Amino acid sequence: MAKMKKDNIALHTLDEKWEDMTPGCTITGNGTSKLFRTGDWRVAKPVFIADKCKQCLLCAPVCPDSSIPVKNGKRLDFDYEHCKGCGICAVNCPFGAIEMKEGE
Amino acid sequence: MAKKDRLSGNEAVAVAMRQVNPDVMPAFPITPSTELPQYFSSYVANGQVDTEFIPVESEHSAMGACIGSEAAGARTITATSSAGFAFMWELLYVAASNRLPIVLALVNRALSGPININCDHSDGMGARDSGWIQLYAEDNQEAYDNYIQAFRIGEHEDVQLPVMVCQDGFITSHGVQNIELLEDKEVKKFVGQYKPERALLNPGTSFAVGPYSVSDHYFEAKRAQAEALKHSKKVIKDVAVEYKKLSGRGFTWFEEYKMKDAEYCMIIMGSAAGTGKDAVDALREKGVKAGLIKIRMFRPFPGKEIANAVSKCKVIACMDRTESYNLQSGPIGADVKTALYNEGAKVKVLNYVYGLGGRDVTVKSLSSVFKDMEKVQKNNKLGNPYRYLSVRG
Repeated sequence: MAKMKKDNIALHTLDEKWEDMTPGCTITGNGTSKLFRTGDWRVAKPVFIADKCKQCLLCAPVCPDSSIPVKNGKRLDFDYEHCKGCGICAVNCPFGAIEMKEGE
Repeated sequence: MAKKDRLSGNEAVAVAMRQVNPDVMPAFPITPSTELPQYFSSYVANGQVDTEFIPVESEHSAMGACIGSEAAGARTITATSSAGFAFMWELLYVAASNRLPIVLALVNRALSGPININCDHSDGMGARDSGWIQLYAEDNQEAYDNYIQAFRIGEHEDVQLPVMVCQDGFITSHGVQNIELLEDKEVKKFVGQYKPERALLNPGTSFAVGPYSVSDHYFEAKRAQAEALKHSKKVIKDVAVEYKKLSGRGFTWFEEYKMKDAEYCMIIMGSAAGTGKDAVDALREKGVKAGLIKIRMFRPFPGKEIANAVSKCKVIACMDRTESYNLQSGPIGADVKTALYNEGAKVKVLNYVYGLGGRDVTVKSLSSVFKDMEKVQKNNKLGNPYRYLSVRG
């Protein structure tokens, strides 16, 4: 078989030919789920209201998609490329600092 | 130096399993393949192999464990029959599409119902579209020989596909025959060490098996899988040639028996091929130009080559030990007719369903098929192209 031209899924594109598929679609490399933009799935968008946030950080660990970045002990705005809009963070926020907006 | 021994088909394949000494065997017993995990677990208990034997709770789990183990990089085997094989169904496709060269010993038995434990090919034929390579044996010797070759075929870097090594339930699996065994060290040298290029148990490298693929890549993955099966044809041939050098036995994709000047040819698979050869011999003595093709490699199907081999025949009969319920052909009949059409060959084709649920196949019954072929030629009329052999009515 022709050796796989593109062993790393990161290099795969939507116009990939069958000759370039890895055997069984196996994936090599780390952290490749970052390349899968699950944000496309979202039907409701969490909006971060910084004024109400006390930086208690209850939201970040409950996010199933690691879409609430935390830097120097403080949460930042959402990673909308990966947030699926599940709303778990909004339910867990004690201060009303996350609002879900339908259709955004 | 080869050794002669008197073994049943199950015993012969169990010896081959011991000689190969695979890494893992997950299995669940079912008639008539029960003896395979039974014999093998005694080899494990006696320390004759260092295989991890996993007594799973079902065949679904057996194939699941095979997939995990093979993906981890371990040479993995299992064995089953009939309903147990059917219970693996979903996972057979996963094994093939994940390109895992598991070797499965299939002891062919009818599918229920009515519930029946005897031989036919309905189990193996049900999985003919699963992407596995399928090799069928006429007798105990071929079951042993095919089993040893299966590892080299499936694990070849151009193939990376699972292989099913099939033998007929009871007729082959429990019938005792004098066969020749290779020395243990010859088998070990022939199959070699399993060293997959990529595997899950490989510290320091990141690797994932069996990802989700939506419509943008699934079709390309299936096309690539078909290419691997295409490559397997050459590999099956090369391995057979190498095995023949070692053992003095074997053929590549199918065996041609008295086909040189044959006007009437029977295409058949499994233990009934031996009975068919007896029928051919008897007819030859009477001056009938009869011949037989015995299929060893059913998947991939050697369609073009079979079409060429029968192109000069007047009438051929395709023998299917299963019912496809399409009311026009069995699996062998359908594949042969497709090949003939593709090659533009003009040969009259009869297709028979025979031997279901262990129905006896005799020289007499198979001779009647040749009589039917002669009749078709004499009257220049095909009549019913899809017939049932030895069914009362």
